[in-house]
Amino acid sequence: MEFTGIPQKTVTAREAGLVACTRCNRAWPLGTDVCRRCGKTLVSRDVFSLQKVWALWLVGLMCYVPANMYPMLRTQQLFTVDESTIIGGAVDLAHYGAFGIAAVILVASVVIPLGKFWAIAFLAVSVRSKGTFASGKRLLMYEIVEYIGRWSMIDIFVVAILSALVQLQGLASITPGPAAFFFALSVIFTMLSAQAFDPRMIWDAQSEDDKAFENV
Amino acid sequence: MGVLHPPRYRYMWRMSDAMNLTKTPLEELIVCPICDATYQLQRPKAGERAVCVRCHKVLIAPRYKAGMQIIAIAIASVVLVIAASVFPFLEISVAGRTNAVSILDAALSFTRGPMLVLALLTAGFIIFVPLLRMLLTLYVLIPVVLDRPAAKHAVWAFRISEAMRPWSMAEIFALGCAVALVKVADLATVSFGPAFWMFGVLVVLVIAQDGFMCKWSVWNSLEYPKKR
Ligand SMILES: [Zn+2]
Ligand SMILES: [Zn+2]
Repeated sequence: MEFTGIPQKTVTAREAGLVACTRCNRAWPLGTDVCRRCGKTLVSRDVFSLQKVWALWLVGLMCYVPANMYPMLRTQQLFTVDESTIIGGAVDLAHYGAFGIAAVILVASVVIPLGKFWAIAFLAVSVRSKGTFASGKRLLMYEIVEYIGRWSMIDIFVVAILSALVQLQGLASITPGPAAFFFALSVIFTMLSAQAFDPRMIWDAQSEDDKAFENV
Repeated sequence: MGVLHPPRYRYMWRMSDAMNLTKTPLEELIVCPICDATYQLQRPKAGERAVCVRCHKVLIAPRYKAGMQIIAIAIASVVLVIAASVFPFLEISVAGRTNAVSILDAALSFTRGPMLVLALLTAGFIIFVPLLRMLLTLYVLIPVVLDRPAAKHAVWAFRISEAMRPWSMAEIFALGCAVALVKVADLATVSFGPAFWMFGVLVVLVIAQDGFMCKWSVWNSLEYPKKR
């Protein structure tokens, strides 16, 4: 690694009397409404962002409950009809010995969504309460949530491929269940919730801690 | 020297105090969108990356001839998306009965009642969003690379393209295919159509394009079309 400058203390745009455009990284004088380079509405800190985060988070969670209760797949083979939920489908796969795929499904549809709900809630709470958790760790959490959230859509795509492919008249057919609809909505709303979070707030709590520390 | 160097990580210079920052012209500052740290602009050389000291976000990552490469990739991707979505993608056969589907068929398999919304979303995430992003990228970057004035509404085009980035899910669909294949493997014989291989190449191109694109460089060239 090449260091062209050794940091001592960073200066934030807000401390310098500036407001940053989070879309194109341009600086403007504090109080400017709209970025003249890319047209984004400028706010030093998005104070309403937490309300948006919580509202979208709640809708996502409300969609996640029926997504697990209703069947995800309806498999028709000769005379038997088999409806399986997300978890039921993964358990079936494990019974057949496909442990790897069962694990992928469980991770993508259960572990990641639940972890994401917890992580977003944790981030939103932690910017309010100071000094509980280092900024670096909270940032890592934010990045993981941002990066990994989209991957939950994999289950929807599996259902789409299966229902299109397995259409063999009289022999076997697969149709999507209502859970697919709710699950997709849940993923979309949690993605929107994570996008609404203003990560700059992570660092504000920390710098207030630093000041408190210096005063001691 | 004959030795290949890995991309060098270059930390940003940090202004020592707020007094100096206010004297610097605004266009010579860059602010980290993640942590609000403000820096005096220092352009890294091609292949180097300027990284935020505080949160390690990559702020500028120019590449030599990136514009040309991105345009080439985008043109190839547009052709591949269209071809991959109409040609047969997967074919299943059990006891003499066969069913071949395209990616478009897969996306549009949700067609009952509210499932139609899901069909449109799925088709959007795997076909239309990637396609639209590629077209917008071409629209924005071709004038920039040719040293022409920015295209009309180029700012809007690039904004939409960037906003759609998380909703372009071709690579996730690819992993979904793998899972679906294992699920039907014991039920039937599955064979791959030409679209399957096209889609595989497309996923690699989409990922490469995201890696080549330096967002800041594009915004900067839209603001100063001639200087670059
Ligand atoms: Zn801007
Ligand atoms: Zn930063």
